[in-house]
Amino acid sequence: MTATQIQSPRSGKPGAGLIAPKYRRTGGSRGNFEMAAWLFMRLSGVVLVVLIFGHLFVNLLVGEGIHAIDFGFVAGKWADPFWQFWDLAMLWLAMLHGTNGVRTIINDYAEKDSTRLWLKTVLYAATTVIIILGTLVIFTFNPCPLDANGVPLPGGFCPAP
Amino acid sequence: MPTKPAGTLYRGREGMWSWVGHRITGVVIFFFLLVHVLDTSLVRVSPEAYTAVIGAYKNPLMALGETGLVAAIVFHAFNGLRIIAVDFWKKGAKYQRQMLWTVLILWVIVMVGFSIRHLSLAFGGH
Repeated sequence: MTATQIQSPRSGKPGAGLIAPKYRRTGGSRGNFEMAAWLFMRLSGVVLVVLIFGHLFVNLLVGEGIHAIDFGFVAGKWADPFWQFWDLAMLWLAMLHGTNGVRTIINDYAEKDSTRLWLKTVLYAATTVIIILGTLVIFTFNPCPLDANGVPLPGGFCPAP
Repeated sequence: MPTKPAGTLYRGREGMWSWVGHRITGVVIFFFLLVHVLDTSLVRVSPEAYTAVIGAYKNPLMALGETGLVAAIVFHAFNGLRIIAVDFWKKGAKYQRQMLWTVLILWVIVMVGFSIRHLSLAFGGH
């Protein structure tokens, strides 16, 4: 007598219950986007803990804390490429992490298709504007801005003439 | 579309409430982030515009708001690490409850330290 072979479910072997194409979780037109987004939240989350705790420590706890923050403080930090890239990484990762989080919340609570579409359109537009604006500000920052007549604006961080 | 669910899937206790807290703190942090990029962008307008708007953050009342924001960030950060442990650590799901209490204890310790430092700077009359 031959014993009945019981296969692991979904192992692809005969009798294991092959999944019809329309029920498979991979290979659809959406690809693995949701899985990539899930993984991104965890990877970016770990990096953001380091970046944001460092940001808060250096800006709020060291020295005079918040009292030290003014134009000159920002100029001093962004004179160093280390802080430029720290802030750039923080901007991109935090915006993408936050946008994906809000996208999830919209998908969860907005029941009408058109409502979800509009909320997500506004969300993606805001994200694009903020990321581009922030990136330009970090890399086009001028510690010694001049007015229309070429005179340094008050409060700037200009080299001694 | 049902207007009222027949039963509820919400299960309460540590698992659900940490999820609720994670969502709320996440949304709060996201909206602050949008404002924070805009206020920092004023460095491209003029030194005086930036320093004037940043001056608003130095108001003692705002210091309470900043402390609330940092409380949200620290909870979201520690609970986020707990979520990663639940997902990737073999025993994560088993110990999720103990990990939440660890998160809350660490959160209290960090926030006591931060509040003393930040509020004494803000109210200390510089």
